[in-house]
Amino acid sequence: MTVEKQLNEATPAVFKKGKDREVLLSIRDLRVWFELRRFGFGHAGYVRAVDGVSLDLHRGETIAVVGESGCGKSSLMKAILGLHKPTEGEIIFDGKNINEVGQAGLNWYRSQVGYVQQDPYGALPPFMSIERILEEPLIINGVSSKQERRDRIMKALEEVKLTPQAEFLPKFPHQISGGQQQRIVIARAMILQPRLIVADEPVSMLDASVRVEILRLMSALQESHDLAVIYITHDLSTVRYFSERIFVMYAGQIIEKAEVDSLLAKQMHPYSEALLAATSDPDADNALTFKQVPPGEPPSLVKPPEGCRFHPRCPYIIEGVCDVKMPPEFEPVPSHYTLCWLHDPEQN
Amino acid sequence: MAENTLLRVEDLKLYFRAGKGVVQAVDGVSFTMNPNEAVVIIGESGCGKSSFAKAILRLLPRNVEHYSGKIYLNGVELMEMEEEEYRQKVRWVKMSLVPQAAMNSLNPVLRVGDQVAEPMIVHHGFRKEDALNQAREMFKRVGVPVDFAERYAFELSGGMRQRVAIAMSLVTVPELIVLDEPTSALDLLTQANIMNLLKRIKQEMATSFILITHDIATSSELADRVVVMYAGQIVEVGDSRRFFNAPLHPYSAKLMASVPRLRATIEPEYITGQPPSLINPPTGCRFADRCPMRFEKCDQEPPTFEKEGRLVKCWLHE
Repeated sequence: MTVEKQLNEATPAVFKKGKDREVLLSIRDLRVWFELRRFGFGHAGYVRAVDGVSLDLHRGETIAVVGESGCGKSSLMKAILGLHKPTEGEIIFDGKNINEVGQAGLNWYRSQVGYVQQDPYGALPPFMSIERILEEPLIINGVSSKQERRDRIMKALEEVKLTPQAEFLPKFPHQISGGQQQRIVIARAMILQPRLIVADEPVSMLDASVRVEILRLMSALQESHDLAVIYITHDLSTVRYFSERIFVMYAGQIIEKAEVDSLLAKQMHPYSEALLAATSDPDADNALTFKQVPPGEPPSLVKPPEGCRFHPRCPYIIEGVCDVKMPPEFEPVPSHYTLCWLHDPEQN
Repeated sequence: MAENTLLRVEDLKLYFRAGKGVVQAVDGVSFTMNPNEAVVIIGESGCGKSSFAKAILRLLPRNVEHYSGKIYLNGVELMEMEEEEYRQKVRWVKMSLVPQAAMNSLNPVLRVGDQVAEPMIVHHGFRKEDALNQAREMFKRVGVPVDFAERYAFELSGGMRQRVAIAMSLVTVPELIVLDEPTSALDLLTQANIMNLLKRIKQEMATSFILITHDIATSSELADRVVVMYAGQIVEVGDSRRFFNAPLHPYSAKLMASVPRLRATIEPEYITGQPPSLINPPTGCRFADRCPMRFEKCDQEPPTFEKEGRLVKCWLHE
């Protein structure tokens, strides 16, 4: 059976309910640029980490942002978390522009957005007990009753399946396993009952079996709490099990976006195609062939290439088009968008 | 001993002293490999696979409590060898290592070319100029531009640094290279490039590889044979074709079922429970507590059974 056929026959494994509901988070033409300085002063250009990204996330929807290191996915995430100030563009959450809400509004916004970090051990303060780690956000957000704090901590631990809770409360992060640490990170992200979770490679540091366990847990919490989730990853093989839509980033831009099944069945952008081709499934036949990998490396974000940013590596380059003009967003198939001249309806 | 055996390990044990007792990281491991073969060792973190690599290369930390067994390389026993002789004749001459996070293990204050040339000076007494030429040859082979030899590690990308680490392990043309998680910190396309490179080296230089990884999908890119480790022991050995189609040991089957797949719709599953402590491992089969097929016999430790050329340490295959 061909790969394409297998992918076509794939059935969606996630519970689709996000789209067609109201927009929770809307990002409009976001740019996050970092200024480079020469000798500490004197302008030397910008690193265009995020360069014109727009996306809508609906209530209760899970999306995956896929890309390699240096593509800007972490800067995008940090801008969404309010940790980077956008150079240009807007981030609108529940109708409010988070760059104009002031400090009180920002505190409210941060209680609505939970963050699951990549490295659980690095994300948990080593000198705090589990109880203290989970209590901190409640204290900061003004839950003054000790009893209520205790109840919410117990409930959060139960939700991430760390029971009996009393056993875990006095422990310190180094006393529990990596999978359990990641559960604590998730419990901490959930404890203020947010509406959006940003998960940055939440399972990349874990063993295969523990990965599945954590992804299942996040999936269950997403459903039971009607959470919107932004799942940032470079591992395409887990995307199918965890998201409805997928956004592929390259050199600061979203170069393809579509529903997961549509993208896994047919990639419109040559870069997405290369990413899928490079992902292995366990199969002895893999050892018999070499993988097709586009030459070169991702471009500098200080001086990105003219035209399409992938053109220096692209096997399908159209000379005089791709290297001259930046492609706009085309929609060759309904709700499947790509930044690639190959899908220009006027050319075909 | 069969003539075509490159490496033969018998009852290898490596125990460490730790705060709470003695950790039996490698506990009676035996296996053989052939020339120009790629063997992958898979298992979860803490199963002893990295300790196994260290034990083969005799790169031991200070807290070793017990180190025993027999290691034959081309029929020559290595365990009895004096350290000085081992260093001169075996390590980096016959066997070399690409350590875990190799891209971060380069010396930051030496040019990468000098680092790759160093084993030739130390082990083969090359003059610096000749060794550098040799290093440049290796750079070409692993796909690093030759002028990068003048650079420092921080001036190279992760993928390029990984290639430099591989060049360093290759420069003495050893017969066996041990790679500990060679792709785990790399991007997807870089991973694919490195696996392509290892395949090409295997074809062109007839090198043998021991590839230690927890990334089962990527390991299938190189594997001729698969070794599964669990709790300090080898529980299954088999050729990659039959292993990836149908693993024999219940642990191997569970491990395979936990791999998410891009081109199939099987939902990945996880293994309930946790691996046992290596300080006080259970007396019977070490996987029994997590095993769905457990029966009375599992309270005794199973021997390794042979089944059509495959090895499995499980009573189900008696």
